[in-house]
Amino acid sequence: MKYVDEFRDGTLARKLADAIAREADPARNYAFMEFCGGHTHAISRYGVTDLLPANVRMIHGPGCPVCVLPIGRIDMAIRLALSHPDVTICTYGDCLRVPASDGLSLLKAKARGADIRMVYSAADALALAQKMPEREVVFFAIGFETTTPPTALVLSQAQALGLANFSVLCNHVLTPSAILTILESPEVRELGTVPLDGFIGPAHVSTIIGSRPYAFFAEEYRKPVVIAGFEPLDVMQAIRMLIRQVNDGRAEVENEFTRAVSEEGNLKAQGLVSEVFELRRSFEWRGLREVPYSALKIRAPFAAWDAEAKFGLEFVSVPDNRACECGAILRGVKTPIDCKLFGTVCTPENPMGSCMVSSEGACAAHYNYGRFRDIPVVAGTAS
Amino acid sequence: MSLAGTIKKGYVRPLDLKHGRVDMGHGAGGRAMAQLISELFAAAFANEHLDRGDDAAVLPAPAPGERLVVATDAHVVSPLFFPGGDIGCLSVHGTINDLAVMGARPLYLAASFILEEGFPLANLARIVQSMAHASREAGVPVVTGDTKVVEQGKGDGAFITTTGVGALPHGRDIGGANARAGDAILVSGTLGDHGMAIMAQRESLAFDSEIASDTAALHGLVAAMLDAVPAIRVLRDPTRGGLATTLNEIATQSSVGMELDEAAIPVQPQVAAACELLGLDPLYVANEGKLIAICAQEDAERLLAAMRAHPLGERAAHIGTVTADPNAFVQIRTSFGGRRMVDWLSGEQLPRIC
Repeated sequence: MKYVDEFRDGTLARKLADAIAREADPARNYAFMEFCGGHTHAISRYGVTDLLPANVRMIHGPGCPVCVLPIGRIDMAIRLALSHPDVTICTYGDCLRVPASDGLSLLKAKARGADIRMVYSAADALALAQKMPEREVVFFAIGFETTTPPTALVLSQAQALGLANFSVLCNHVLTPSAILTILESPEVRELGTVPLDGFIGPAHVSTIIGSRPYAFFAEEYRKPVVIAGFEPLDVMQAIRMLIRQVNDGRAEVENEFTRAVSEEGNLKAQGLVSEVFELRRSFEWRGLREVPYSALKIRAPFAAWDAEAKFGLEFVSVPDNRACECGAILRGVKTPIDCKLFGTVCTPENPMGSCMVSSEGACAAHYNYGRFRDIPVVAGTAS
Repeated sequence: MSLAGTIKKGYVRPLDLKHGRVDMGHGAGGRAMAQLISELFAAAFANEHLDRGDDAAVLPAPAPGERLVVATDAHVVSPLFFPGGDIGCLSVHGTINDLAVMGARPLYLAASFILEEGFPLANLARIVQSMAHASREAGVPVVTGDTKVVEQGKGDGAFITTTGVGALPHGRDIGGANARAGDAILVSGTLGDHGMAIMAQRESLAFDSEIASDTAALHGLVAAMLDAVPAIRVLRDPTRGGLATTLNEIATQSSVGMELDEAAIPVQPQVAAACELLGLDPLYVANEGKLIAICAQEDAERLLAAMRAHPLGERAAHIGTVTADPNAFVQIRTSFGGRRMVDWLSGEQLPRIC
């Protein structure tokens, strides 16, 4: 596959691994947070950790939109679907298995008769509404800045078409607010329990918002940021660039993903988003609690297509399972194996917390790809 | 299935296979059902056992010393027609393959149809013809069957369940519990073709090069493999859940681990590209014409050569080794140079959102 295989080349990876080993100062430790679930997934799936020296540690951040979606928001969609037989909820596949209240999830609600469908894009949901004028189609929209412009687009199209049977339940959240929350957390600032030497910045998010929004973190908090693509060689190159910055005492925003990310980002998409959405005063994140100005809501001129207004939906906060360590894991304070539920009560088949739900969550990634590392190696061939 | 008799047909209007639709009468046990059976099913599957028109087929016992093997499989694929096949040939191949990977010689099939009221007879005829063709090509006749019709909205057009009977020669022991540390793991060809053909069709994804299902009956390939290496330990067709799930099943049954080499696993570039687009892993995508073989390391080269000499095994590959591991972990050396697990699939494989 052209444009993909080039970024997964094993020979190049070994050369890069050698370079990282040469440049990493054996006298110190490096701890970098990959904010995005996409990076977490790449690191686990390609075994990137095996190619890093022991003193370079990767911390999985909260950058998976499914992981940070609070239970109460999914409850809103389930309640709506179960109480309104004429409503069809459309959402991305990842959202379907997230555990909600009463032992339900969107998938389990579907089995109870709710009309819930998986779509690949916001446009699919809009098309479904056009195809089924007798039903109320609600798009359960989630995601960071990457998936926000397509939602904005369908809202403006629905308005232009005067499509009365379509609306959006908006759960879009903002990356910079989440990074700020982590940097302001007592674990990073006061207690120093989470050593953070820098960030691998989001790939797809940055194609929309550009690299500029990260300058603040680099300057104010003295944390280097390297924006990187989701391919494993991108991740390794970004780690090398972060190590260099740390060694040089620099804290800058660098862009490894120049093939897709510019400084200013996609201005047209940004314009569309600001036309349709405005900041929410506060939004609950799973694992990070209430974060001020961290999410978007639909502006008043589009209220007719805002499912929250249209169906009078109220958010009710629901606490996580008390033994679940998702919050601490999302902030980088703990690792999946620090959680008592990991791999016993909480598995991908029966996820208790959000980190186990999404394939990009830190717990699911470790369970599916890396849990053999927790067990003494007994493998060996008898031949 | 019955009524393919020799009574002269007077005053009977033939089935309108071009424009007609399945109605409740086709499952009610009366004249309409008899007509559907005789004009469509019995005509398509015609053979001496079915033609008797009795409630069950009376079959000769297998050769002395052989044991009977039975497998059954329900098919609920959507869409019913896809590049490379349809639910009809799939229902024949699937059950034949379940018998073949036990090392059995498939002998007979039984087919049960659940049809939805309103289903076009033209589509049904197409499916039945495809089944009949697949069964004749494989030399495994459909000797008995059943038809039910459910009300509109209670089915998905057509569901087909096939049951197969085969004969297993004395002394042959192929099974999921037989893998031993040190054994070689082989696959018969490229992975993920069927699942991606279905998915591309279902999601209306258009690719430059069409992805076709690999649906095929594998008993010929298995026979050639057993001729070359009679002591094959495990054979299995990696259908739903793909290679990854099937290897985890075998690892659990045999209490062994596995170590795969990602670079050795054959995947067609267009399948890899489609998986990439949807955020899926080809190791978990369904196959309908591939098998996994596990044999002693010293037999591996001979078995691989036999597979490659058969048209259905041209792209066979040696993809890994069975290891001693009480955790029954399936691991893979990534082409990138790292190592990871290839775990059981959790629920359905769902596309990632970003």
